[in-house]
Amino acid sequence: MANLIEIKEVSKIYRRDSIETPVLTGINLSVGNGEFLALMGPSGSGKTTLLNLIAGIDKPTDGEIIVGGTDIARLSESALAKWRSSNIGFIFQFYNLIPVLTAFENVELPLLLTKLSKQERKQHVEAALNIVGLAERMNYYPKQLSGGQEQRVAIARAIVTDPLILIADEPTGDLDKNSAEEIMTLMQRLNSEFKKTIVLVTHDAHTASRAKTLRHLEKGDLLPADGQAA
Amino acid sequence: MKVLKLIFKNSFRHKLRTFLTILGIGVAVMAFGLLRTVVNAFGSGVRASSADRLVTRDAVTFINPLPLSYFNQIKQVPGVKQVTYMNWFGGTYIDQQHFFARYAVDPNTFFSVYPEYEIGKKAFAEFQSQPNSCIVGSALAQRYNFKAGDVITINGDIYPGTWEFQVAGIYKPEFKSTDAMSMFLNWNYLNEEVKQTFPGRADEVGWYVEQIANGANPGEVSKEIDALFANSPAETKTESERQFQQGFLASVGAIISAMNYVSFVIVGIIMLVLANTMIMSARERTREYAVLKAIGFSGRHLVGMILGESLLVSLLGGILGIFLTYPLVNSFASFSNFLGAELSVQSITLITAFTAVVFVGIAAAIFPIQRAMNTRIADGIRFVG
Ligand SMILES: Nc1ncnc2c1ncn2[C@@H]1O[C@H](COP(=O)(O)OP(=O)(O)OP(=O)(O)O)[C@@H](O)[C@H]1O
Ligand SMILES: [Mg+2]
Repeated sequence: MANLIEIKEVSKIYRRDSIETPVLTGINLSVGNGEFLALMGPSGSGKTTLLNLIAGIDKPTDGEIIVGGTDIARLSESALAKWRSSNIGFIFQFYNLIPVLTAFENVELPLLLTKLSKQERKQHVEAALNIVGLAERMNYYPKQLSGGQEQRVAIARAIVTDPLILIADEPTGDLDKNSAEEIMTLMQRLNSEFKKTIVLVTHDAHTASRAKTLRHLEKGDLLPADGQAA
Repeated sequence: MKVLKLIFKNSFRHKLRTFLTILGIGVAVMAFGLLRTVVNAFGSGVRASSADRLVTRDAVTFINPLPLSYFNQIKQVPGVKQVTYMNWFGGTYIDQQHFFARYAVDPNTFFSVYPEYEIGKKAFAEFQSQPNSCIVGSALAQRYNFKAGDVITINGDIYPGTWEFQVAGIYKPEFKSTDAMSMFLNWNYLNEEVKQTFPGRADEVGWYVEQIANGANPGEVSKEIDALFANSPAETKTESERQFQQGFLASVGAIISAMNYVSFVIVGIIMLVLANTMIMSARERTREYAVLKAIGFSGRHLVGMILGESLLVSLLGGILGIFLTYPLVNSFASFSNFLGAELSVQSITLITAFTAVVFVGIAAAIFPIQRAMNTRIADGIRFVG
């Protein structure tokens, strides 16, 4: 099976003034279609950096990142923006919903960039909110929702365009244990039932154990694939 | 359309802050409107002045009167088509708060030299035949609800005593810039009264106004008039009405340029008020803008959102300010009785205020837009306000 994501000899060096911070050094990673990969590693090891590169919101200093056959490191900013809008769904630690928009409107945001009619957008948004189990809260504002519910709205926003890949940076980092469980159950379902390829970063071993594959990042290097999560 | 809704919701995210910003802009625009109105009113005398009229006054000072006998002499000067004369009457109507200009004019010649003051035949006939009658401007009549037949009582100062004038009619200004706030009374009647009480001051004229013939050279005619009275006890100075007005403007020029400066300083203040609000919101929304970019929104979308918000707030402030300008100018006009001229908000003032507000809306968005565009998505998402 062809790999959906191919990362070849990728390095990333942050430059600020004359200070160079090497963060990733010659990373190689393949992620198959339908994979559910968890990345773990100490703070500062470069997990977010790697995730950003896969998601196309940052560019590597060196190396190739081929996603679905496209070398995204070579795309222009605007082409990359377009590519992200149809291929990547983002889930953040702090949900990052727009506070003045309702749950429905937040989920609808990515669809505003498509040619869908208002009616079609409504169908998609309702479907996405149904999947995360929040259809009845669609007119709530973020501050009227619990943290776990906000994250579910954020997940609905991530899947509403039906992207290939979901990118999640510590999606349970700000949640209590029960809400975290719910979110991970939802993520597993998105992977198994809706065939989303998921790359997730976490600090928490229990959260990581819900993924299919676990990889460790340390000091900018990916440790050899040492085992499958349970 | 969704984006418009988001712009609107974003603008009112911090209701109090946005409200105070709009209020601040509104108050500044109001001050701007008042200043521009006053500056414009100064200039309106010049615009209203006629190019074919000359004013002859005492060469030394405007206050010194000229003899009535000059009338026939001036009439003889080649190039002079018509002559009229008038005196500043002064006096007080009710009290100092109720100021308007009052002139004693020659009833036979005044309205033909000043055709821009339009009066009906009946009113004109009555003004000529009734010694104590007067003609009032339409704006003046409107302010005090004067009608034909009403008696206006004036307490004299230059001409002491209690004076009663009966309104013979109301004149209409021909142009928007024509003064409509003056009162004209019969010079002959005034002169008869003065003869009784101050015989020494009879047959004195404040100044003469000549209308020159088509094609006559105003400079030449002025020289000839002044030459007539050279080396007499009352030498004259004749200049065009426009020069006369400009001479007055020059004397208050420093005030006008100060007001001009201040009005543009106000625009700067509006900009700072708005820019401050916009920069605060842009900073607070660093992460949101980064998320929108990550989702696929382009720079152009962000520019539209930020610019839209800035323009919305500045326009709301501008509209509020323009609405506040009217009552402010009216109350200012009623207590200051500025130059006796009708102070009114002119469309050029509205256009200037509107342009300034749009300019400010755009300028205040520049920094936030730059910030939103230049922040790398990855950094923006990490950003913690
Ligand atoms: N824009 C930047 N400029 C300079 N250095 C940066 C920048 N972004 C990240 N870094 C550095 O790169 C390193 C890796 O950062 P990264 O955020 O990828 O780590 P992480 O593994 O996600 O850590 P955490 O678990 O704390 O989120 C850190 O040392 C960080 O200081
Ligand atoms: Mg991180």
